[in-house]
Amino acid sequence: MKKDLVIIGGGPAGLAAAIEAKKNGIDDILILERDKRLGGILQQCIHNGFGLHIFKEQLTGPEYAQRFIDEVEKLGIEYKLDTMVLNLSENKHITALNPRDGIIEIDAKAVILAMGCRERTRGALNIPGSRPAGVFTAGAAQRFVNMEGYMVGKKVVILGSGDIGLIMARRMTLEGAEVKMVVELMPYSTGLKRNIVQCLEDFDIPLLFNHTVIKIHGRERVEGVTIAAVDENRRPIEGTEQYVECDTLLLSVGLIPENELSREANIKINFITSGAYVNELMETSVDGIFACGNVVHVHDLVDYVTEESYLAGYGAAKYIKGEYIKDETGFNTKTGFGIRYVVPNRINPKNVKDKVNFYMRVNDVYHNVDLVVRDGERIVYKARRNHVSPGEMENVKLSKEVLEKVEGSELVFALEEVAK
Amino acid sequence: MYDVAVIGAGIVGTSIARELSRYDLNVVVIEKSSDIANGSTKANSGIVHAGYDAKEGTLKAKFNVLGSEMYERICRELDVPYRRNGSLVLAFNDEDMKHIEMLYKRGLTNGVKELEVIDKNKVLSLEPNLQDNVVGALYAKTGAIVSPFELAIALAENANQNGVEFMLTTKVIKVYKEKDIFVIETNKGTVESRYLVNAAGLFADDINDMLGGEKFRIIPRRGEYCLFDKAVGGIVTRTIFQTPTNKGKGILVSPTVHGNLFVGPNAVEMDRKDDVSTTKEGLDEVLKGGSRSVKGLNARDIITSFTGIRATPDKRDFIINIPTKNAVNAAGIESPGLTASVAIAPYVVSLLEEQGLRLIKKENFIATRQNTKLFINMSEDEKREVLSKNPMYGRIICRCEHITEGDIVSAIRRPLGARSVDGVKRRVRAGMGRCQGGFCMPRVVEILARELNIPLTEVKKSDEGSFILTGKTK
Repeated sequence: MKKDLVIIGGGPAGLAAAIEAKKNGIDDILILERDKRLGGILQQCIHNGFGLHIFKEQLTGPEYAQRFIDEVEKLGIEYKLDTMVLNLSENKHITALNPRDGIIEIDAKAVILAMGCRERTRGALNIPGSRPAGVFTAGAAQRFVNMEGYMVGKKVVILGSGDIGLIMARRMTLEGAEVKMVVELMPYSTGLKRNIVQCLEDFDIPLLFNHTVIKIHGRERVEGVTIAAVDENRRPIEGTEQYVECDTLLLSVGLIPENELSREANIKINFITSGAYVNELMETSVDGIFACGNVVHVHDLVDYVTEESYLAGYGAAKYIKGEYIKDETGFNTKTGFGIRYVVPNRINPKNVKDKVNFYMRVNDVYHNVDLVVRDGERIVYKARRNHVSPGEMENVKLSKEVLEKVEGSELVFALEEVAK
Repeated sequence: MYDVAVIGAGIVGTSIARELSRYDLNVVVIEKSSDIANGSTKANSGIVHAGYDAKEGTLKAKFNVLGSEMYERICRELDVPYRRNGSLVLAFNDEDMKHIEMLYKRGLTNGVKELEVIDKNKVLSLEPNLQDNVVGALYAKTGAIVSPFELAIALAENANQNGVEFMLTTKVIKVYKEKDIFVIETNKGTVESRYLVNAAGLFADDINDMLGGEKFRIIPRRGEYCLFDKAVGGIVTRTIFQTPTNKGKGILVSPTVHGNLFVGPNAVEMDRKDDVSTTKEGLDEVLKGGSRSVKGLNARDIITSFTGIRATPDKRDFIINIPTKNAVNAAGIESPGLTASVAIAPYVVSLLEEQGLRLIKKENFIATRQNTKLFINMSEDEKREVLSKNPMYGRIICRCEHITEGDIVSAIRRPLGARSVDGVKRRVRAGMGRCQGGFCMPRVVEILARELNIPLTEVKKSDEGSFILTGKTK
């Protein structure tokens, strides 16, 4: 089979990318989705708070997804469900599998990677103790509770204050479980402030910073966990151990972009984001393979995923139509003090439509700082931030005109102390 | 009334059961756990030892070398992953080198073939990722790796094909003799048998006490392991040992037959036999120990860690004897027990025969067992054929290992098939990958419930009590 554009993943990223590519004149599009419906992980996020930026209203996850699914249907974009991509090559050959068609071989002119991310599991943390039933990632628990209608436990401890964990603290409480506490290794939450207020504080669920689970107890089913305070090097402090009785441990300890396919296609992966390096049109290091959403870097808000994916769809359309300028013009983006990463990584202003939205995360909590973008010594952008935290993604929009004026080979994003 | 009852369905019990199934006998295997290989067999190094380690003249040495030679054939007959990858015992100084020379001589005495002492350059040319301060090594080309639980499952299935009955979730409470018959009381009722084999692993001393045999104790010794992502599975291709010290064999680093890498085990004596928890200190020790041999081990690449418990006999050697008339102990089968088991089995059967058990070869003995071929391992033609017959092979359930619904269903429907999430995992690797079941576990639970026709809330991770769901939502 030959296709102009194949999009791997039918979650919010893949849907938005498909819509934008179609609107930019590409008709021969195929979305490959491994689940039984479109919408991705949004389908199990039945809480609201989605769409504040894009639609200026509060939607639930499935409602947000439905708006895009409806548009995909209206635009007549082709998709295959229950379809898993097994292999992607550098020359954009895709092997996929589903129960209806069996093995599917596709040669695509362009590919958009929109596989999203997966949760870090207990193994990755190497938490000592036994290996009983009752240890779930927050997302797996969410699927059981919201999609299947089953409870995963009665007395719950949550490790990690990522958003899914916070949301599940509230969800489990509403379903009658006792959520004993959320323990967070860091001195700050990796989740959104609004989730801490609405999901923990409103239900009097304690959030213990600088704590972690050091042991899991129970032979067949979880019977309890030992928690301890940690020092500034994140190592447990002796003497602070405390046994907490529970039958369930939920893990909300981070998300990892799912880049197994990207690696097979020899796409360069950024060690910090665990996602591909991308340019102004969200193209990866491999010609004609684009990427967007959580497969590039983990977002907190789906609205930003959508924006980024529109850009990838636009980029892939330009590429297929031969309107994409590939020359040496442009510059790299670089992180300075306080910034952990910035996306995209390279900008050629010639391809920029009207602006680029740069997404970044800080590496610690800072108060009262300036977020500064410099071209050499010259300040390109500067804005005050009263409070920044690794849990909340920052973004800076720079217009095409501004980007065209960059003279150096690097644009540096950094935090600076506010001048007195 | 059975002719022979075997207590324990680990690698020892299943090897013996399969051996007995060659003959016209009524055989039952009694296992307290809900699955085959759920004790020490599921959590060990998976090494088929060459046989230079055990002291000359011991049962360990004898059955190790015999077993090592039998392995390839048995794994081929039973369609079990086995790879003769060779092993190296590293020396880091002169003293180590002396020890290695001793092991070399011992190996020759024990009858180990293809042994060689090699110098630093040769070691590093074989394995470039070893630490530079290595000075030489003992190279055993016959060292191999196997998937221990898959072998035990295969042995059990083959025994079952040949008529051996398996009573799982059946705990032996009491054994006594009435006339010449063993009466075995269990939580599932009473079993009677003319002959009895004690292959109860960690609990073999308790069974021996029930039989009134000469006293011995099984001392549980914990070994902790870290399992690494397949991305780093190729750091070494051979199994890397360190020169043994008086504390034990040291930490080894080895690829697995499925392409992962593991590091472990340490050795800690314990007072409990059922505590399979890992400890911070143990995991640190294992990682540090592994890094003595190999460069580039990074805790970031660990996908899981686990503890196995060795059934260490207080007599130092394997205990294979007759505790009472018409019974045989096969106890204390610690390392190199996995290797030795397949050779111990015919010996145990011969001890039964000496006591009067009549062995008449079955005419219709099925010597081979075919494993479910995983979709991912099929040829293109096989894939297309299986897909045309069964669309379930077109649905990937475990994304990390690319295991399909068809694979999982077949693991459940096999003889002695999977009855739990862990059972599925050990048979077809769903949940063995880097996400450790984070994504596929809910789906495996659904498939188990559907195939076994039970409510979701009754699906278990492993044994009784390991329920996954606690009830319906409001």
